[in-house]
Amino acid sequence: MRIACPLCGARDRREFTYRGAALPVPALDAGAEAWSVHVHLRENPAGPLEELWQHELGCGAWLKVRRDTVTHAMLGVVLAEDAGLAARDGEGPA
Amino acid sequence: MADVLKDLTATSPCAGLLPVTIGGLTLSEAVQLPMTLMAPFKGQEAALSHALEAAHGMSFPAPNRATGKAGARAVWFGRAQALLIGPVPDPALAAHAALTDLSDGWAVVRLEGERAEDVLARLVPVDVRIRVFKRGHTARTELKHMMASVTRVGTKSFQIMVFRSFAATLVHDLKTAMEGLAARG
Repeated sequence: MRIACPLCGARDRREFTYRGAALPVPALDAGAEAWSVHVHLRENPAGPLEELWQHELGCGAWLKVRRDTVTHAMLGVVLAEDAGLAARDGEGPA
Repeated sequence: MADVLKDLTATSPCAGLLPVTIGGLTLSEAVQLPMTLMAPFKGQEAALSHALEAAHGMSFPAPNRATGKAGARAVWFGRAQALLIGPVPDPALAAHAALTDLSDGWAVVRLEGERAEDVLARLVPVDVRIRVFKRGHTARTELKHMMASVTRVGTKSFQIMVFRSFAATLVHDLKTAMEGLAARG
């Protein structure tokens, strides 16, 4: 299994660590219900899933990876910083 | 106490371990030079590269590349950072980047010989053969579970770096691979 790091190129899976599903982060004041959903609820699809990996033993970048959970096919990789997941100063994700 | 401190002497990360020569390959410790991590501020990448060129005669390296030459090198060191090896950074660089002195933080060794590629092939999950990994190419990668920086500095030589605390493990793993290669002839 290889992941094509946008900076380093295709690298072996052993260089990466897994975080989990790549979810937009709710605004800080979105309330307990929205945060509970963000923390606990997952779709768990059999098929394409967007998730976060870190190229920990390589360049250190966080990546948003689209992976097929059935075949492990890597369907696309972008730097997490370009993926618009982070909330900014109390706003929702971009 | 004062007497004890007076007797302390600085040693290099691989002191007492290197150099070794096995089967036509030489592993030696690089001359210790000042090392500074350069992390450009947002939007300052081009300005930093100009300042680096003006002060030290090399541009800021693109990902997976090293610029400069022996004694004054800039090695790409991960996302949005590069390591300046050799020169003490010109104060002008500080306007464009966060500068961190890492001189004592990393062990730097040099693997040299006809079959250096074959030694690394046993340790690193990256293709370092010369047709794809040429002089001036570098990789942040895994070397026996250690975060490493591997740079080709010559047709038959590599610079290999790990955290200083892993120096003995690095030497052990490289020596073992060199011995294994030599044993197979």
